[in-house]
Amino acid sequence: MADLMVPQEASEQRRITYREAVAEGIAREMRRDPAVVCLGEDIGEAGGVFKTTAGLFKEFGPGRVWDTPISEQAIVGAAMGAAMTGMRPVAEIMFSDFLACCWDYLANEIPKVRYMTGGQVTVPLVVRTANGGGLGFGAQHSQATENWAFTVPGLKIAAPSTPADVIGMMAAAIRSDDPVVFFEHKGLFASKGPPAPPDHVVELGQAAVVREGADITLVALASMVPLALTAAERLAREGIDAEVVDLRCLVPLDVGTVLASLEKTSRLTIVEENPYQGGWGATLVSVVADEGFGLLDAPVRRVAGECVPLPFADALEERVIPTVDKVVTAVRDLAAY
Amino acid sequence: MATTVTGEELLTLYGQMAVIRRTEKAAHDLFLSGLVKGTTHLAAGHEAIAVGASAALRDDDYVFATYRGHHHALARGATPEECLAELMSRATGLCKAKGGSMHLTKASAGMLGSYAIVGAHLPMAVGAAWSARLRGTDQLAVAFFGDGATNIGAFHEALNLAAVWRLPVLFVCENNLYMEYTAIADVTAVPRPAADRAPAYGIPGEVVDGNDVVLVQEAVQRLARRARAGDGPAVLEAETYRHYGHSRADPATYRPAEEVERWLKHDPLDLARGRLHVLGVPAEAVTAADERATEVVRAAVEAAKAAPAPDPAEALTEVWADGGAAWRT
Ligand SMILES: Cc1ncc(C[n+]2csc(CCOP(=O)(O)OP(=O)(O)O)c2C)c(N)n1
Repeated sequence: MADLMVPQEASEQRRITYREAVAEGIAREMRRDPAVVCLGEDIGEAGGVFKTTAGLFKEFGPGRVWDTPISEQAIVGAAMGAAMTGMRPVAEIMFSDFLACCWDYLANEIPKVRYMTGGQVTVPLVVRTANGGGLGFGAQHSQATENWAFTVPGLKIAAPSTPADVIGMMAAAIRSDDPVVFFEHKGLFASKGPPAPPDHVVELGQAAVVREGADITLVALASMVPLALTAAERLAREGIDAEVVDLRCLVPLDVGTVLASLEKTSRLTIVEENPYQGGWGATLVSVVADEGFGLLDAPVRRVAGECVPLPFADALEERVIPTVDKVVTAVRDLAAY
Repeated sequence: MATTVTGEELLTLYGQMAVIRRTEKAAHDLFLSGLVKGTTHLAAGHEAIAVGASAALRDDDYVFATYRGHHHALARGATPEECLAELMSRATGLCKAKGGSMHLTKASAGMLGSYAIVGAHLPMAVGAAWSARLRGTDQLAVAFFGDGATNIGAFHEALNLAAVWRLPVLFVCENNLYMEYTAIADVTAVPRPAADRAPAYGIPGEVVDGNDVVLVQEAVQRLARRARAGDGPAVLEAETYRHYGHSRADPATYRPAEEVERWLKHDPLDLARGRLHVLGVPAEAVTAADERATEVVRAAVEAAKAAPAPDPAEALTEVWADGGAAWRT
């Protein structure tokens, strides 16, 4: 999907892909900490169906990178047991849609065990998964499912949009003593960006202002960030100066950066790939209504997916998920309010 | 049958079973008198499985249990006082009153939790065994579960993964013939719900009299030895019966009277007493063990009753490893 491409730059040499960043981010932590181990389907010699674990098996061998059967419950359940007993497992669930197959672990087991044991047990694990649409995979391989996790207290949720953030947030996720669901966006795997410096760590819960602007705040996540940036460039040509905030994490949620941006712009549009109903944007809007109402000079808008399963054809998919056009239209209306 | 257990050792196991039996009775009574909220799933009748297995395990082994897990927590070293305090929602409870009856956990004793979603903990035990392998220890992981769990997908995923990775994990099924109110035989394709499935994963599936603490101990010892030696997982199906209903005040009227009678005559404590007699342990020593158990549980009930309620502020702690619960920065 053309909308998901990050703007191209002249020099390609010092840039890495988002997909390479995933493997690089994991490798850095595996080199640093022998307790980090990977498990998942096809992640070993095959390097993962998205090639996001390419090179790990060669460097670390079968004792650190474990191929599993197609057993999502066993993968995440075993990761939990290992995390409770001294390891830092990184489990891959191939497509985020398949989180439903091990949903018990995400909803009932992993996030609750610390709490319901009165703090006795720590679960330092990462569940990585390829999220979102844009590649024409149809309704069962294209969903943006971060909201499933967002409804469950006890999970941290990362969703980076650039290769450098993938590496920095992977470091933070793997080092976290809390469970992290790490959403890698399928539509971004081929995108490129500057490499991450050595020891790059992006603490979870820190949004980034990726474009400064004075007229309106656009808050986006993962693949919606490059889309919002493209929309912002178009809007700039019309004289509307949009600030773009890359939320980067849903839990912890960096409300402060959003409110600080609204102090400047007083207008808010949220861009979410997931369906409008139950989307994380609704929570953010409610926090802004609670705590930042006085900052607003206009209603807030959410540009989100339609409430339908993701259709297959490009033309149909574009109809139901946010596009640059939809964002531009929403912002234009709001700027004129 | 000849066994290796001495009279002294068996008396210790008997004493533990006696404490569990009385703790369950106390939990039942406290529930009926309104001092235990929610629900309880009592394990009276299952004592020999928890005590026999624990006697065969090392202190650094891992145990995972179900919502019917009081006996495992107690056998693994939780005190009746901290368990009953947990059930009675006291600040001194095993899980600071955040867990309740279905989640008794004593991590410091290798009792890594009681899980109320049927079958969910089997893959966790596989993960703990995997972790032992990764860390180069010869620790063992044991998952205790009911017969009903054998028809859950996680059971099959766990057995397969444990088998292909040859992990030191034991799957111990407490087959008490019933799920909640339905007989396992009515909804299961094979007669031995756990043991019959094990060969499909290339691992041994044994059946043991789960009411005989000595036989349970010996079976777990044997299977643990081979698992530690690198020969992989095993399934042990322990036949037993629950004395109370499934939960709370379920009178269990769905069970035929002669079946109940037959099983109550096959009581784990009676069986152990018979063995103690054969081993020449004097009756007074057994009576003394019973009296000690009665006193321990009586004191535990009193202490738990006297303990304070938790500070409501505790509700907002311990979601995260830093002790807090903040979802925003
Ligand atoms: C996944 C799931 N489905 C249903 C239940 C409700 N439930 C609680 S206990 C139980 C019966 C389980 O029977 P079994 O595994 O034989 O264990 P037992 O209670 O006999 O020890 C059921 C159906 C549950 N807790 N989890």
